[in-house]
Amino acid sequence: MQATLTVLPRTPSLAAPRHRRLFEAAVRYTLLGCGLIAVLVAGLTAWTFFAGSLPFFEKVSLGEFLGSIRWAPITVPEGYGTLALIADTAVITGISLLVAVPLGVLAAVFLSEYCSPRLRSFLKPVLEILGGIPTVVYGFFALRTVTPWLQEMFPSIGFWNGLSAGIVMGFMILPLVASLSEDVLYAVPRSLREAAYALGATRGEVILRVVLPAAMSGIGAAFILALSRAIGETMIVALAAGRTPAWPPDPTQPMMTLTTTIVNIATGDHEATAFIWAALFAIGALLFVVTLSLNIASHFIVKRFRELYE
Amino acid sequence: MSLPAPAPTSPYHAEEGHVGTAIATPTVLATRDFSLWYGSHQALFDITFDVPEHQVTAVIGPSGCGKSTWLRSLNRMNDLLGIVRTEGSISYRGTDIYERHVDAVEVRRRIGMVFQKPNPFPKSIRDNLAFPLRINGIRVGVEQRIETALRRAALWDEVKDRLARSALELSGGQQQRLCIARALVTEPEVLLMDEPCSALDPGSTARIEDLIQELRQRYTVVIVTHNMQQAARVSQHTAFFYVGRLEEFGPTREIFTKPTNKRTEDYITGRFG
Repeated sequence: MQATLTVLPRTPSLAAPRHRRLFEAAVRYTLLGCGLIAVLVAGLTAWTFFAGSLPFFEKVSLGEFLGSIRWAPITVPEGYGTLALIADTAVITGISLLVAVPLGVLAAVFLSEYCSPRLRSFLKPVLEILGGIPTVVYGFFALRTVTPWLQEMFPSIGFWNGLSAGIVMGFMILPLVASLSEDVLYAVPRSLREAAYALGATRGEVILRVVLPAAMSGIGAAFILALSRAIGETMIVALAAGRTPAWPPDPTQPMMTLTTTIVNIATGDHEATAFIWAALFAIGALLFVVTLSLNIASHFIVKRFRELYE
Repeated sequence: MSLPAPAPTSPYHAEEGHVGTAIATPTVLATRDFSLWYGSHQALFDITFDVPEHQVTAVIGPSGCGKSTWLRSLNRMNDLLGIVRTEGSISYRGTDIYERHVDAVEVRRRIGMVFQKPNPFPKSIRDNLAFPLRINGIRVGVEQRIETALRRAALWDEVKDRLARSALELSGGQQQRLCIARALVTEPEVLLMDEPCSALDPGSTARIEDLIQELRQRYTVVIVTHNMQQAARVSQHTAFFYVGRLEEFGPTREIFTKPTNKRTEDYITGRFG
């Protein structure tokens, strides 16, 4: 056979062609840039709040800000205590979690353990649509539907009240809790369920003693995300809870949360240089710190959960 | 449970000329003309044979031959899939476990199971063993039962000082022996093992094989395995499944030395697998 070998140069260049290197670099730095923008915006937001609240803390001590119950930024003498606002936020958040967590977890158990695949393929999208309803709609629902119902049962309840806002906010975050919990329950390995069934466990025993305990840290993470969502929720409380801080916090009466306070300041008629804007930034920074720490906590819980079966 | 009914004699044995073995040992589980469908797909065809008491019965065959499906029919684990239909019967001590009034939970409390991959609960070693006791309402002598089960599973000496530690800290082989102990702690009569060594190293496999030999003194063992040497080492009886059908059943020695079925012979001599 005739040899027709192409003779390759003895020292070939294995370097990538220039245009390929340029293209790869362009792709790489474009994507990096997009990622950096997200981080930059988050950083900028944080900086805005902290820088904006600095003038506030030059005049008001942190002790008064967090410890006093008197929030009266436009009366004389001014009061900048947020304790009542924090308490109102906590009460409404608590009510919403009392609604959302048990119902959400039970709904998740139903979807993942009892529901037929056909019903599940119908219910899950419905649940997710529920999570996509604008919060202003929920707020209106609280004000015009739930509050009248509550007033029929308990006539002493005010037109604006924390209870109605809390309950409706619970329904708003229920899909979040249910969806996250369902993912966690679904992620419990089938081998664990089989182990329990093979030992003669009933379905109820498998769920209560094996699946739920194994999913507990994931459900805890869902709980914390729901908590941080409830604390940051604005529209429902602004519409249905009122704009009067209650002390001691009484959910049958008008309440004012931290978020409503920001709305109140931002929509109020204040001079651009008024000190009250600094107060707005201080409350914003407080909310930022609280929700950020909750999200970080949730991140670590989820991470721990992931390692459990590996 | 009612008293054991007299063991039915298997027509299959008679046909294959293994009458001697079938009569020598009473039957615990009798499969009769058993067929099974996953939806519209038929996975088992008219399976008929008897599992003899206090013996190890191995089930071999190529992947997808239905051996695991049949094993999981013995304690009604297939029920959990929700789309399974069966015909024929599987009798445990004379009671058809597929009869309407039979509760699968009661069946599984008498017929334990060990799975392919060790699946301890992410709890302490003690809690893994306490779980079956608790769900069976056993509150007396819990510690003693746990120790006995761990001893029978040849795990006691390795874990007795760390019963409160997580079961997930154990090695794979230890986890599988823990799962065996967990299946034994409520004293079932039959132990089903679905390829119990396929996820283990050779050392752990050898330990579990030794253990299976001891278990047969007290329990009836049915083991599905893809490893023919393992079937030859641990079992007294072997069933060969092929594409959903039982091709041959008989004493292990005979199946491995003079199989009567051509397919069995081809399979055990490694011509396919």
